Amino acid sequence: MKKKIYYFVLLLITVFVFLLLYKAIFQNNSYVPSSKINKKINEFSARSLFLDNEINIKDLISQKKITIINIWASWCAPCRNEHEYLMKLKEHPNIILIGLNYKDKPSKAKLFVKDFGNPFSTILKDPKGIISIDIGAYGVPETYILDNDLNLKKKFIGELTFKNFEEIIEIANR
Amino acid sequence: MLISQIGNYSLILGLILSIYLIIYLFLGIYGFTKNNLNNIYSILFLQLFSVLISFFSLIYSFVVSDFTNETVYNNSHTTKPLFYKISGTWGNHEGSLLLWLLVLTLFIFLFLIYSKKQPKNYRLNTIVFQQIIISGFFLFVLFTSNPFNYLFPKPTEGLGLNPILQDPALAIHPPILYLGYVGSSIIFSASLSALVSKNINSSWAHHIKKWVLLSWIFLTFGIMLGSIWAYYELGWGGFWFWDPVENVSLMPWFCLTALLHSISVLEKRLILKSWTLILSIATFSLSMSGTFLVRSGILNSVHTFANDPERGVFILIFLFILILISILIFFFFETDEKILENKIYWLSKETFILINNWFMVFFLSVVLIGTTYPIFLEVLTSDKISVGPPFYQKLLIPFLIPFLFFMAVGPNLKWIKNDFKKINIKKFFLLIFICFIASLFTEKLNINNLFIIILIFSSFYLFVSSLSDLIYKKKNFSQNISHFAFSILILSIIFNGILSKEFSGNMRVGDEIDFNSNIIEFQKIETFDKENYKSIIGTFKIEDRKKKIILLKPEIRVYNQPNILTSEADIKTSFYEDKFLVFSILNQDNIFNVRYQVKPFMIWIWISTFLLIFGGLIRFTKIK
Repeated sequence: MKKKIYYFVLLLITVFVFLLLYKAIFQNNSYVPSSKINKKINEFSARSLFLDNEINIKDLISQKKITIINIWASWCAPCRNEHEYLMKLKEHPNIILIGLNYKDKPSKAKLFVKDFGNPFSTILKDPKGIISIDIGAYGVPETYILDNDLNLKKKFIGELTFKNFEEIIEIANR
Repeated sequence: MLISQIGNYSLILGLILSIYLIIYLFLGIYGFTKNNLNNIYSILFLQLFSVLISFFSLIYSFVVSDFTNETVYNNSHTTKPLFYKISGTWGNHEGSLLLWLLVLTLFIFLFLIYSKKQPKNYRLNTIVFQQIIISGFFLFVLFTSNPFNYLFPKPTEGLGLNPILQDPALAIHPPILYLGYVGSSIIFSASLSALVSKNINSSWAHHIKKWVLLSWIFLTFGIMLGSIWAYYELGWGGFWFWDPVENVSLMPWFCLTALLHSISVLEKRLILKSWTLILSIATFSLSMSGTFLVRSGILNSVHTFANDPERGVFILIFLFILILISILIFFFFETDEKILENKIYWLSKETFILINNWFMVFFLSVVLIGTTYPIFLEVLTSDKISVGPPFYQKLLIPFLIPFLFFMAVGPNLKWIKNDFKKINIKKFFLLIFICFIASLFTEKLNINNLFIIILIFSSFYLFVSSLSDLIYKKKNFSQNISHFAFSILILSIIFNGILSKEFSGNMRVGDEIDFNSNIIEFQKIETFDKENYKSIIGTFKIEDRKKKIILLKPEIRVYNQPNILTSEADIKTSFYEDKFLVFSILNQDNIFNVRYQVKPFMIWIWISTFLLIFGGLIRFTKIK
């Protein structure tokens, strides 16, 4: 009898630890070192995808809106998944959405936005991936939220989720 | 591309074989069919072979930079040196799991070969348990982290060119650690199987001891390599940081060390059966939890791989299934140990080994709580706390003192005997003599902390007594050498901790600073352009009291793509102390932040760990 109680207690503890750890997994801790938040990203200029003219990032920023830079590529599978959220973000009046096309062929990139729709107000080309790395990207996709002085407000590494989407809308509504 | 396909399909074949084997053996054990050992040999070999093919096809994809393979694309680059292309195979999440699988299948095959003296039923049961673990890993690899995912269109260049990860110690550190972890899985399966087939006896203990030793050797070596990497490459100026990922490798080590001692008691006296089994199960569960904590992204640490909740959930569920299976098996098969007719001998070897086990469990609990408590707290209250070195030092050091005393006395006692004679007058005088020496020592070094004084005293005692054992006793050479090595390890850690000196401050070229009667002079900086980085090398002249001069040349590397700054420390090693200097750029022009450290007995930490492992190796070769 005593033995059974021991096992029962052991089982309870096991289940409890399991539940705690299970919850811990889903806690959001994909974090960006806080040293990078609120710091200016490096200013850059690049050629646009459609018109092929040189554009400086400063010229795209508007005083009353927030700027979102989304780093994407036509060959990147997670970029397709987050595309629907980008299309919705495009509708928001306070958001300027800029695409940074990472290591891609212009023809394929054009085909991509033709097929899936173009969420971006401007698409800049980064054929060698230098700009993306310079502003601190690790890979594609990544999404940066900047204020009108190019300060990094928030950074999402990897595919945007619905939760991230809601977060962005909340920032834009402020 | 074709090669990746082959790799993928041979993984699927491996999984099918695993499931087939579980069903086949299960039917055999319960008497529905007859198990033919030769068949099992060939199936296990085929499984090993298919994983081997998978593994080599991944290596091949890395070598030829086949970017249609997602793993290669994410972790490699055409300009990487060949050595790092190959080591990149297991330097990432997917590849490292493939390595796990390879070692798992290799070890179970070896187990079958080297367990011929054991009853057939026990061997077959062990294979069943091990195949349950193996099939779990197959499913994990195939469904959540397949190393052979296909990318189309083919990217022209890979993403993996992180310079910090290009280091030889890092290339072999994970595989060695895995050998230790996976070895513990064999111990786990064998223990459950011994329980089910009622095969817990001295011959079993003798046979499983080999696997315990093997995992212990690899685990110790793996932890040491990680520590060497942190010291020489990360340039943080220390060898252990109580980082969560370091801790998760230390926890199974405590367990395994306890097991290593208690298994001898089981072998010699047939007591502590359940306790030994619990330790075996705990060792593997802790290794798995380590994998879970690192791979699920719950911990934020330098080592953590990409976050992916799906993977975390899989390992968590799998881990708890294994734990539940073990609890159930314990519940149904555990037999009460016979109450010993003869009385307990308080001054016998087995009592002291049990004391060792209690201490190990205590150390383990401290580290376990320090590592997991912040996670639990965050879930329950969403407070973020971090547990640092002072926590571990405050809790571990006081208990280290009696531990060292017991360790000095224990090996000289006899099995099943109260042995008062061994603790004789001679030892007593030795104790007083060491007390005297140690107090002179602490006086000279000006140490006032009572704890530290007693700690130095007790580790000196262990040092002298294990040294005399090593010289005068012919028996148990391996044990004596390991205990001796451990005493050196503890002594050098203590002296390293209390005698380290650090200077940290800002300097310009031409500055001179007086630090503990050493003169540090910042002589010059030079800049060189290297292939993919700019190198800034500073020259520092250090003149000590005896006018001896050394030059230290630390480096700062500015990589252009990706834009990363790394500081390479310059370390001058001698038997007495390490001189460590690292510098970094500040925002103002021409001013550098300089950190200079003198770390006594650093090299002895590595030497003694090597000796510790060497002792284990000797023991391993002596077991027949």
